[in-house]
Amino acid sequence: MSCDRESLAGAVSQRACVFCGSRVVLYPIADALHLVHGPVGCAVYTWDIRGALSSGTELHRLSFSTDLQEKDVIFGGEEKLAGALHELIDRYHPRAAFVYSTCIVGIIGDDLDAICKRVSREKGIPVIPVKSEGFKGGKRDGYMAACAALSRLVGTGDTSGIGPFSLNIMGDFNLAGEIWIIREYFEKMGIQVVANITGDGRVDDIRRAHGAALNVVQCSGSTLYLAQSMEKEFGIPYLRVSYLGIEDMTESLYAVAGFFGDPHMMERTRKLVRDELAVLYPQLQKYRQALRGKKAAIYVGGAFKAFSLVKTFRLLDMEVVMVGSQTGRKEDYLELKEITSDGTVIVDDSNPLELASFLRGKKVDVFVGGVKERPIAYKLGIPFCDHNHERKEALEGFIGMLNFTREIYSSVMSPVWQFVPGRKR
Amino acid sequence: MLSLTPKEISDRNALTVNPAKTCQPIGAMYAALGIHRCLPHSHGSQGCCAYHRSHLTRHYKEPVMASTSSFTEGAAVFGGMSNLRQAITNIFHIYDPDVIAVHTTCLSETIGDDLSTIILKARDEGLVPEGKWVIHCNTPSYAGSHVTGFSNMTTGMVKYFAQENERHREQINLIPGYVEPSDMREIKRLLAEMELPSVVFPDTSDVLDAPQQGAPVSVGKAADIYPKGGTRIRDLQSMGDSRVTLALGPFASENAAIELENRTEIPARIMDLPIGIAATDRFIQVLLETAEVLEPPASIADDRGRMVDIMLDMQQYFYDRKVAIYGDPDQVISLTEFAVSLGMKPIYVLTGTPGKRFDARIKGILKDVVPGARIKSSGDLFLLHQWIKNEPVDLLIGNTYGKYIARAEDIPFVRFGFPILDRVGHSYFPTVGYRGGMRLLEKMLDALLDRKDRDDPEERFELVL
Repeated sequence: MSCDRESLAGAVSQRACVFCGSRVVLYPIADALHLVHGPVGCAVYTWDIRGALSSGTELHRLSFSTDLQEKDVIFGGEEKLAGALHELIDRYHPRAAFVYSTCIVGIIGDDLDAICKRVSREKGIPVIPVKSEGFKGGKRDGYMAACAALSRLVGTGDTSGIGPFSLNIMGDFNLAGEIWIIREYFEKMGIQVVANITGDGRVDDIRRAHGAALNVVQCSGSTLYLAQSMEKEFGIPYLRVSYLGIEDMTESLYAVAGFFGDPHMMERTRKLVRDELAVLYPQLQKYRQALRGKKAAIYVGGAFKAFSLVKTFRLLDMEVVMVGSQTGRKEDYLELKEITSDGTVIVDDSNPLELASFLRGKKVDVFVGGVKERPIAYKLGIPFCDHNHERKEALEGFIGMLNFTREIYSSVMSPVWQFVPGRKR
Repeated sequence: MLSLTPKEISDRNALTVNPAKTCQPIGAMYAALGIHRCLPHSHGSQGCCAYHRSHLTRHYKEPVMASTSSFTEGAAVFGGMSNLRQAITNIFHIYDPDVIAVHTTCLSETIGDDLSTIILKARDEGLVPEGKWVIHCNTPSYAGSHVTGFSNMTTGMVKYFAQENERHREQINLIPGYVEPSDMREIKRLLAEMELPSVVFPDTSDVLDAPQQGAPVSVGKAADIYPKGGTRIRDLQSMGDSRVTLALGPFASENAAIELENRTEIPARIMDLPIGIAATDRFIQVLLETAEVLEPPASIADDRGRMVDIMLDMQQYFYDRKVAIYGDPDQVISLTEFAVSLGMKPIYVLTGTPGKRFDARIKGILKDVVPGARIKSSGDLFLLHQWIKNEPVDLLIGNTYGKYIARAEDIPFVRFGFPILDRVGHSYFPTVGYRGGMRLLEKMLDALLDRKDRDDPEERFELVL
């Protein structure tokens, strides 16, 4: 099996570009200005599509673009960019500004660094170039560009008032308010959350994130590079965690408590898990009985999410017959092979034809994927659950397990499928 | 976010906030889907293709297939020729389309890939199988909008397919414009009612509103990714033998019609999109002249009668209501005229697509009824929001993004145009023609009357309206 390589020219690839990767990571920082330097499309397609919620200001939900025109491409867009930054900073007084470069900016050679530096000096806030020219790689390269941009903020704030039991939540995007669930768990354990990076993020929190004792990293792709660089520069260790499913959620909380090594915290954590499970288990049972033996297929962005989903389906006594991701690495796929049963199809960057053929061939009862997979499933008459950024339901934490189960149940049990020709149940 | 639009309007030259348009390639991709067994191909970075597919998927709730040249740094430096050649080979091998419709992106435009030459060379060297096609158009994202891209791909269809076969046919060409599959279906129905043989292109009906028929037995084979709809190649090739080309919506359709006229001397008739009563009347009149008959068939006349009946029944609720309309220029022009014919006052009319003709047309429509209306092409929704903050409207009509403004200002809202990401129905029910007009009337009336029922004091809340 091969993976982690460029898609062939001519592929109907489900993959995106560098800009896409950096934009989805940074965009949830709610009190920063996000300006897309490029033609209008790049800004439009990333305008408020992710549903990253904020507990306060919502500057991130507006779409700002320099809307480059032909003459800018010929003469350069630097002054246009500087003008736009001035205007927006004066109007919104953001805590920082991120300026995303797009394909075209890479080609015409606008000096983003110089402009950002100049405006930063003039306006007295960090103005950070995000090197995200689309053609320079895939989404994962965009994550790296985003982490490089974040690195310029981290370490610039005052760390007073941060205790020894403290951490940063990394790689969570606060879809449907999920980061609030996770924050509450950590707070119940007696841990101070210094910064959310990046869901419901705030610039000033991120600037002092280097004062935390630990980074917990979810979504292995998006912020792992930042965690690694913070470890190197500030000596802050990190733990890779997942908040999806009972097994991974519990393990993650215990791992964090274990890290701090405080017996009282461990006791509080045990109690937290006990309390949550006492509420959750009885509610899960009826769904579980109904779903027992059903076949599930998984095709998601990152491999780490795929691991959690495999375990979650196992808990529901469901069989995973196909699992894949767009950006997994070799070791990820080996681990997937480890945790699935023989005969499970494992795919990397699959095209819609292959997906359709696996789904049909394996007689799948429910398919978990993202926006482009939904209509493929529906056209085949297969129940579907969105586990990407278009869902409106929190799927993290213990409550998330229940929400997920409910959603799978309601999708599988919906009476509409019986009307699909050839799929009478 | 809703509190972030200031009321004070200041000049902005360097900035678009909350765009009312998007870029060319997505329009080209949509048009290409209107050819039977065609795979649209995006010549640029992977992201463009992924975004366009996602966006179209969100709007149509249908699978959208398109391939990409997957540019990397190497291609950006050395040009995309080898990527495109490799793509052509791979696509015919794996997906077996009849047509690959290539559009450029800002990246491939700027590095200067010469698609005509690359495609010719590929054909000469046998990379394009016998009987198969590779067509292209240029769609730089830094000029025009998605409507321009649609227009360019439709023009590309003329350039590549139109042949003069010296076989004079009774048929006509019809370019329906950047409308929903349901609208293309309705236009074909009207042509059939008028007994006018025609080539309609592009035609996304049965492509992006394909019926649910369960998975075919051969699922996973290349054949299954092409729905049954789309204009057939033989029909596209016959467009050079038609009597006349009717082009609906000048922004989306005029260029293709003129291109064909220049090549074949087939006269081009450009008209407004048949949205609303007057524009539909004009369209039907042109169909009558083309068919050389005096009266429309009873079915069409009856539809018109029913539409007028609805307009009369409820005219008092439309009269003098202030409305803001935004979206793609062809739709907005006809819709503004429709609003005026209902007695409404379109006080703000805006499109994101550039074009002075837009301003002139809208000014013409409004000059006697709303002389002070604010009109803008190359505008954005931030500006529209500011206008509305300064003087509110009774109804807002436009694409999904308007929901932010509607919520912030508490205004009844009718979704219309592209994209609609949060509702279904738009791709199944037409808004063109008299039947489409009836649906629009229902939606607008419902929005106004639901609001009235919500706001009326107890003593004015009545059963019968």
